[in-house]
Amino acid sequence: MKIKVVLGVCALLAGLIISCQGGDTLEFNRYYSEGSTVYQTHCQNCHGGHGEGLNGLIPPLTDSAFLKNNLHQLPCLVQNGLDGKITIGKRVFEGKMPAATGLANIEIAQALTYITNSFGNKLGIVNVEMVNSDLGKCR
Amino acid sequence: MKKLPLALLGAICFCACKFNSNSKTLPIYGNRSAVTQTVNGQTVTDTVYATIPPFKFVNQYGDSTGSKDLAGKIYVADFFFTSCPSICPIMQRNMLAVYHAYKNTGDVKIVSFTIDPKYDTPPVLKTYADKLGVAGNSWWFLQGNRDSVYKIAEKNYLVAVSKDSTAAGGYVHQGWFVLVDKQQRVRGSYDGTDPKQVAQLVDDIKTLKMEPAGGK
Repeated sequence: MKIKVVLGVCALLAGLIISCQGGDTLEFNRYYSEGSTVYQTHCQNCHGGHGEGLNGLIPPLTDSAFLKNNLHQLPCLVQNGLDGKITIGKRVFEGKMPAATGLANIEIAQALTYITNSFGNKLGIVNVEMVNSDLGKCR
Repeated sequence: MKKLPLALLGAICFCACKFNSNSKTLPIYGNRSAVTQTVNGQTVTDTVYATIPPFKFVNQYGDSTGSKDLAGKIYVADFFFTSCPSICPIMQRNMLAVYHAYKNTGDVKIVSFTIDPKYDTPPVLKTYADKLGVAGNSWWFLQGNRDSVYKIAEKNYLVAVSKDSTAAGGYVHQGWFVLVDKQQRVRGSYDGTDPKQVAQLVDDIKTLKMEPAGGK
């Protein structure tokens, strides 16, 4: 009798955990797959299909440490572009990244989720709430 | 005994295929005209094909470079500008494949004309080439007079370019890679943003290399 109850509770807990994870995974997958399309349209020309960049001209998106340390600046970089020097993977890049004008916050979140979880990166979801809050603090 | 006809058929097919691949020729683009001359009392009609007219611009090393340096050589031309935010990066990424395939053969060159000569001076082009990982003289980045470059692009290389303040970067241009033969005739046009077409271009250069320099 006791065993059955314990088993039942365990099953319920397991079910809860799985369904919660399922929700998170589902949200992540949605962001990620939409992000892949946004990336192809707005980023891939320059940064490449594998985030490899273009030699010394365009920085790669494969430096996980940089992405992690600058995670909250990334939405601003996408929305406003970048002009000047930037050091990525011990290499200095100089030039101009055009602003991705016309992208909705949700699209920025999707693209960033895709980038920060592709090309050898694994930083988890960047959701639209994070992007909204980060964009409010752009310098 | 029964197998003999089959083997024969196979041999014929093989020969046919082989013959086909050897005799592949590329089309010749542009306007052509028939010129009728009297040679030794006989009337001879020749087809005259459009060729790229002479030009002289400045390359990334600051050297005067032009059609004289390209005489008798196969080259690939494209139009770009260094601050281009749209299709140039993917074009130059694909052009690197052509560069790496032929950088050690003296008779194949790449010529990238800037359509923003005001900003893209030789030092700017040199820095761009360095960053792209391009050295030596098999890939030239040329700065020329704006009107001459635009004219040659549209009239001779058949690539549309224009200044447009509403476009990203301020210019619109097409991403064609134009293949020019040893006699300065346009022999192919490939979408520089499509790796498959660029692979075809690399292949077609091999076909052109088989042609004699002096004529068909």
